[in-house]
Amino acid sequence: MAVRRVAPPEQQPKEFSFTADNLAWAKKQVEKYPPGRQQSAIIPLLWRAQEQNGGWLPEAAIRHVADFLDMAHIRALEVATFYTMFLLQPCGTKAHVQVCGTTPCRLRGADAIFDVCHKRIHHDALHVSADGNFSWEEVECLGACVNAPMVLIWNDTYEDLTPESFEKILDEFAAGRKPKPGPQVDRQFSAPVGGPTTLKTVKA
Amino acid sequence: MAKLIVDGKEIDVPPEYTLLQACEAAGAEIPRFCFHERLSIAGNCRMCLVELKGSPKPVASCAWGVRDCRPGPNGEPPVVNTRTPMVRKAREGVMEFLLINHPLDCPICDQGGECDLQDQAMAYGVDASRYADNKRAVEDKYIGPLVKTIMNRCIHCTRCIRFSAEVAGVPELGATGRGEDMEITTYLEHAMSSELQGNVVDLCPVGALTSKPYAFAARPWELTKTEAVDVMDAVGSAIRVDTRGREVMRILPRTNDDVNEEWISDKTRHIIDGLRAQRLDQPYVRENGRLKPASWSQAFAAIAAKVAPAAPDRIGAIAGDLAAVEEMFALKALMTALSSRNLDARQDGAALDPAAGRASYLFNSTIAGIDKADALLIVGANPRREASVLNARIRKRWRAGKFPIALIGEKADLTYSYEYLGAGPETLADVAAGRQGFAETLKKAERPLIILGAGALARPDGAAVAALAAQAAVALGAVKDGWNGFGVLHTAASRVGALDLGFVPVSGGKNAAEMAQAGGLDVLFLLGADEIDVPPGAFVVYIGTHGDSGAHRADVILPGAAYTEKSGIYVNTEGRVQMANRAGFPPGDAREDWAILRALSDALGQKLPYDSLAQLRQAMFRAHPHLQHIDQIAPGTAEDIRKLADRGGTPGKAPFRSPVEDFYLTNPIARASAVMAECSVLAEGRTMSAAE
Repeated sequence: MAVRRVAPPEQQPKEFSFTADNLAWAKKQVEKYPPGRQQSAIIPLLWRAQEQNGGWLPEAAIRHVADFLDMAHIRALEVATFYTMFLLQPCGTKAHVQVCGTTPCRLRGADAIFDVCHKRIHHDALHVSADGNFSWEEVECLGACVNAPMVLIWNDTYEDLTPESFEKILDEFAAGRKPKPGPQVDRQFSAPVGGPTTLKTVKA
Repeated sequence: MAKLIVDGKEIDVPPEYTLLQACEAAGAEIPRFCFHERLSIAGNCRMCLVELKGSPKPVASCAWGVRDCRPGPNGEPPVVNTRTPMVRKAREGVMEFLLINHPLDCPICDQGGECDLQDQAMAYGVDASRYADNKRAVEDKYIGPLVKTIMNRCIHCTRCIRFSAEVAGVPELGATGRGEDMEITTYLEHAMSSELQGNVVDLCPVGALTSKPYAFAARPWELTKTEAVDVMDAVGSAIRVDTRGREVMRILPRTNDDVNEEWISDKTRHIIDGLRAQRLDQPYVRENGRLKPASWSQAFAAIAAKVAPAAPDRIGAIAGDLAAVEEMFALKALMTALSSRNLDARQDGAALDPAAGRASYLFNSTIAGIDKADALLIVGANPRREASVLNARIRKRWRAGKFPIALIGEKADLTYSYEYLGAGPETLADVAAGRQGFAETLKKAERPLIILGAGALARPDGAAVAALAAQAAVALGAVKDGWNGFGVLHTAASRVGALDLGFVPVSGGKNAAEMAQAGGLDVLFLLGADEIDVPPGAFVVYIGTHGDSGAHRADVILPGAAYTEKSGIYVNTEGRVQMANRAGFPPGDAREDWAILRALSDALGQKLPYDSLAQLRQAMFRAHPHLQHIDQIAPGTAEDIRKLADRGGTPGKAPFRSPVEDFYLTNPIARASAVMAECSVLAEGRTMSAAE
């Protein structure tokens, strides 16, 4: 992990404000907390701002959320820089790929997935590809070790990857389609590959 | 009370104490970086580890309550050890970790010689490093013109963050990132806007935050330390003036729990370059419209030539905001000798009359009394700009809770929330008559406090406003047995002293505004009075320190001594008599003001009967005995407030306006300071962008 700063001014949108839907949603979030404790809603609000902005959190959004919650700007910046789930730099417009690089995934071939990222997206993490569509970063365990290796794109995980299936997923995103999330091999969730291996005689 | 055994010694401490406080009470010394008595507890430096019997690990004593300690198996009091090998080893380990990333640049560090880390490394540091990796490198941040950052040195104690959020009330500093990448910064490196920001330099236990104007200027062991009193506002903060040779190198706060705790404002701290610039270092006499250098005798002769033919009631004197009581006493004596009745120390025209009794112009609750108050009404004051340290005291009380505050006057960000009642005397009349909702709050309060600012007094209807405020204080129960909650917040350091001396027009004499009128006087003495315009006509003798407006207008300039260059007594807004010591000498031919007046009196043939400051003080103490009780307050009586209330009068309708428009440029020293000018420009920029 490196020092996290907000993106340079030339990449920043001039202003940011919640859409009407998001504003209504944000107000509801704040209501969950007792009066005077509205600042507790900062993380969901920053997250919603990030989603609204296409996957990354601009400086204007940090200010907007801080003002919305009536807190000092620096307090919101502290939160935004603390959690790596908030992307402070612009990311790919079609997909931001979070590749799990923790031990089980590494053992099951995450290196090859990273090679694909290097080749297809950008040599460095958190850099947008030449066409602006993709970016990637390495993340810690996302809790799908049984289905390693895996990646997280937006809100969905793509599991049991091989370089080929991963490339196919990227192709789908590049074409503007949404590939089927979950295991990319023949299995349901974390069940054994190729169907059940035990308890076959039990009738449903 | 809870019993505790610290290092084999049994002590009895209140159960709300922390272990650290308990150990200190037992006489043990506990090293610490993040803990500070006046800030919240962070518990993140781990330097204060002690051994607590029964606990498997050493505990951070700053964050461990005495009431959280478990007794022994047979009910013995908890046992704490601060000097065992285990404690020592634990602290050495902490120190080693702190030093992993701390640069070895003590020889070029401004904190060197007064650095907590340096001192404690002498006790707990090991002689060599076991780490071969590169040290962490952190970019330096811009956080304003007063505080320089060298962020490699930061040990993340977060004292500065807690200070700005809790005491200053302007949460601008924060810690971004996490773990090894944690950095202290302001939001996108904006300059801090607090007027107490200089205190973070004192709080920083290492050299990460140092004073920018003082950078690389001196070493602490080269400096002569003199205890003095601040004159930038009427709070009279306790300061220490550090000098090298004849130059003032820096000003630091002294701890005085009754007045400033241990904070001072930026104006107090960073004004020192104003003490070197624009100084008057020799007498001047105006000839053919131009000021020409002159000798003392020439200057005195020029004055004598004008004073001799002038009728006594055409001679007058105005004392400025920074004058000590000694010189005002001498000037008053000289005026009396010249049979003049025209005296005034209220340049701003504040309607305060010493004849109404001392309580009518004091901050009667005392500054420490703010901690005891339980409701506050601010009338015509902006304490943040007029008395920043006192404002921090109000904020401290507000943070403790159950402290409703209301304001009549200009709306402003005071760093605490308040109910805004209205802008002018009409609202005050409503409160006094109980027609305002907040009047109920004040009435219900046990110790309500009413702060009356200069913005409400320094106006044509000031006397009526003062009477109205006194009526409110009496009607709402702010004046009762054991509590006097009528507080006048002055803006001038000299004001209460002057009123104590009776430096006001003697029966039928002219006040400041009348004296300064065109054709008001033939000869006018200005004792450091720069905040008043004197139109052409009168012959003006300016006794002062800086080439400011008073000197520009003057016909004769007599160079005086600034507050660091003379020993003087000042009386602060609560009536506390404080003595400042002389830290240096005035430049060139300039002399201490009382000595100038003594010499001048001789030249005018009205020799004052004292040849030394000690003799002057003796005479002054005979006339005003309360001035000899240094650091004490001679309280006013509640009767004075009632009498003031009975004076009545009809206040006008104009809204109250704070007299301090620009916090950084309120007096001639501040106006000569380049640092203050820079701060002022920054502050103005903030106001402009806020207005957009």
